[in-house]
Amino acid sequence: MAGRAPRQPARGRNARVAERNRRLTAKLAAAALLMFGFGFALVPLYDVFCEITGLNGKTGRAEAETLAARVDASRWVTVEFTGSTAQGLPWEFRPMQKKLRVHPGQTTVANYYVRNTAAEPIVGRAVPSVTPGAAAAHFKKIECFCFSEQTLRPGEAREMPVRFVVDPELAAGVATVTLSYTFFNTDPAQAKRYGGDGQAPVVDHDQHRAHAGPAAAGG
Amino acid sequence: MAQAQAHHDEHPTGISRWLFTTNHKDIGTLYLILSLIMFFVGGAMALVIRAELWQPGLQIVDPHFFNQMTTMHALIMVFGVVMPAFVGFANWQIPMMLGAPDMALPRMNNWSFWILPFAFTLLGSTLFLQGQGGAPSAGWTLYPPLATQGGMGTDFAILSIHMLGISSVLGAINIVVTILNMRAPGMTLMKMPLFVWTWLITAYLLLAVMPVFAGAVTMLLADRHFGTHFFDAAGGGDPVLWQHVFWFFGHPEVYILILPAFGLASQIIPTFARKPLFGYDSMVYASASIAFLSFIVWAHHMFTVGMPAAGELFFMYATMLIAVPTGVKVFNWVSTMWRGSMTFETPMLFAVAFVFLFTIGGLSGLMLAIAPADFQYHDTYFVVAHFHYVLVSGAIFAILGGTYYWLPKWTGHMYNETLGKWHFWLTAIGFNLAFFPQHFLGLAGMPRRIPDYALQFTEFNQWSTVGAFILGFAQLLFVYVVWQAAKGGQKATSQVWEGADGLEWTLPSPPPYHSFATPPKIK
Repeated sequence: MAGRAPRQPARGRNARVAERNRRLTAKLAAAALLMFGFGFALVPLYDVFCEITGLNGKTGRAEAETLAARVDASRWVTVEFTGSTAQGLPWEFRPMQKKLRVHPGQTTVANYYVRNTAAEPIVGRAVPSVTPGAAAAHFKKIECFCFSEQTLRPGEAREMPVRFVVDPELAAGVATVTLSYTFFNTDPAQAKRYGGDGQAPVVDHDQHRAHAGPAAAGG
Repeated sequence: MAQAQAHHDEHPTGISRWLFTTNHKDIGTLYLILSLIMFFVGGAMALVIRAELWQPGLQIVDPHFFNQMTTMHALIMVFGVVMPAFVGFANWQIPMMLGAPDMALPRMNNWSFWILPFAFTLLGSTLFLQGQGGAPSAGWTLYPPLATQGGMGTDFAILSIHMLGISSVLGAINIVVTILNMRAPGMTLMKMPLFVWTWLITAYLLLAVMPVFAGAVTMLLADRHFGTHFFDAAGGGDPVLWQHVFWFFGHPEVYILILPAFGLASQIIPTFARKPLFGYDSMVYASASIAFLSFIVWAHHMFTVGMPAAGELFFMYATMLIAVPTGVKVFNWVSTMWRGSMTFETPMLFAVAFVFLFTIGGLSGLMLAIAPADFQYHDTYFVVAHFHYVLVSGAIFAILGGTYYWLPKWTGHMYNETLGKWHFWLTAIGFNLAFFPQHFLGLAGMPRRIPDYALQFTEFNQWSTVGAFILGFAQLLFVYVVWQAAKGGQKATSQVWEGADGLEWTLPSPPPYHSFATPPKIK
C-alpha cells in the first residue's frame, strides 16, 4: 500500500470514492446474504408450487362420501402395483396382485403382503407414490395401510388393504397408473440396523412430497 | 508518466510479497498460476478417465475410483481452472482497462485469492482418504440420494464448495465495486471494453447464484448429518428438489463460465481484424439478455424427471430463446472479421477457433434443448461432447487466447510465436479428435459416467483417447512458452499489437507496479 498514490492531488476525491465503495460493498454483501436465504426459501416455495399445481406425484385422499361419484363404465384403466423396502429394512413386502383393470369411479381394494424377517419387532411406514405424476391427483386412496405406522412382531406376516378409486377426471390419454410403496423403518433406536434415520416419514397425504418418477427409484 | 510511477514500484520481496500483496497485478498473477496448476491436476484426471475408456471392460482403475475421477475432474475444471483464470484476467485487466489505480477493495482481494489454495487442498485431500470412501464420487452435480450416501469425501467437498463460494462472492463484489466506482473520469459505462462489460454481468450472476449453491450444499450436509430430510423421500423431502435448486445455480453458472470468454473474444478479434468491434451496443445487450435468460431455463437439465408437458414446453422455448442473443454475438464477431485486415497470430487463432467451435457447441445445445429429443440424449456422451465444446473450445480456448494476447503486456516480452502456433494447432486437433466422436457415441447410446461400454463403441473411444492425450500433452508446450516469455526474450512495445486499442496499451510493457495513480484522460 506504501506507494498507492500518496501524492494524489484530489485527496477529497479519494475519500469520496472510498465512502462510495464502502456503501456499494455493503449493499452487494446484503444481496449475497439475501440470495443465501433465497436458496432455503426455495424449499417451501417448491412445496407450495407443487401443491397448487398438483405436480410431482402427490396422491389424493378421498373420504367415503365422495364415492358417490359416477362410474364411467365405458372406460378401463389399468392400475399396476409395486412395493419395495428401503435399504436395510428386513421386511418382505410385495403386492398380492400385479395389476387390476378398473373403471374410473369404481371403488376397488388391492392387497399387499408384508412379513418381518427379523428376530425383533420393527415399526415401519410406507410412503406411496403414483406415476405418471400428472395422474397422481386423480388417484384417490380411501383407506390405506400407509395412513398409519405398521408394527410387526418377529416373523409376523400381514395382509394389508388399500381401498382406492380412480377419479373419472383422469386425463383421457392415461391408460395405466402405477402405485408404488416404499417401506421405511421409523424407530430411531433401530436406525443403525434397519436404515432410515429413525425419523418418522411425513405421511400427510395432501402435503407430503413423496414423489413419483424415476428419481424415486434411486432411494 | 512512466518515470513518475517508477519509484513507487517497491514492494516486499520473496514469499511475503505474494502472501500479503494487495496489488491487483500480483493477485491476478496468483490466480492465473493457481488456475494453470489446477488445469494440469484436472487434466491428469481426465486422462485417467480416457485411459480407462481406451477399450471396453475394466483395466486400469476400479469403477469407484473412476467415479471419483469424473466428479473431481469436473469440480476442479469448473471451480479451479475456468473461474480462477477469469478472475485472474479481471484482476490484471479491469483496473488497467478502466484507468483505475487498483481494485476497489485490495485487501479483500488478497483474501479472496488465498482462500482458494486451502479450499483445493481440502478437496484434493479426499483422494488420500480411499479407506473412508475416497473423493466425492456422485458427480459434480451431487445428486441425492447418491450424494447423501457417499463417504466423508462428500463432506470435504461440501466444505470446500463453501470456501470457493465465499471466495467467488468476495471477488464478484470487488469487481462490481471496481467497475461502478473506480472508472477514470470520462470512462462511461458504454465506453467500457467488452471484457469489462461481460465481467460486470458475470459478477452479478455470481452474487445471485453462488449463495444459492452454498445454501443447497448446506442442506445436503444437514441431510447427511443433522437429521433433516430436504432431499429424503422417507422424511417428506424430495430428491428432485435438489435438482431444481442445483440447476437454479447451475445454469447461470455455465454463463459465468462463458461470458468472460465472450469478452475475451471481443477484445482479441477487433485487434487482429484491425477494425472496431462490430455492434458494440448489441454485444452489451446480448450479454445482459443471456444473463437474464439464464435464470429461467434451469429445468432443461432435468427434462426426464417427469415434469408436466407445460413445464417441458416452457423450459424448451425459454432455452431456445438464448440462441437469439448468442447468435447476435456470433454474427457480430464474424462481421468484425468481415473485410478486416486480418492476421493470424496465436491469440487470433484461438479466438477464431473459439467462434467456430463454440458455435458447434451452441448448436448441439439447441439439439439438447428440444425436450422430446433430449429423452434420447440425456446422460449420454452427446451431452459430454456438447459441454466440452462450449467449455473447452469456449472457455479454455478464450483463456489460452487471452493469455497469449496479454502475455507481452504482462511480462514485457514477446512469446515465441512459432511455438505458440504449434500449441494452438496441437490443441485444436487434439480437442476435436477427443470430443467430436463423442457426439456419435452419445447418439448411438453410450451413457456417460460409466467406466465400461459396449463393444461397438470401441473405435470412437480410441480416437477420443488419442485426441485427449494430444490435447493434454500439448499444454506442456503452453507452460514452456509462458515460462520462456516470463524469463526474457524480445522486448514488447507498449502497443504490442498493431491493431490493439484500449488504455492498457498506453502503459509500458510490463506496466509499472502501480499504474494510473493519476487517472488518464479519456478521449
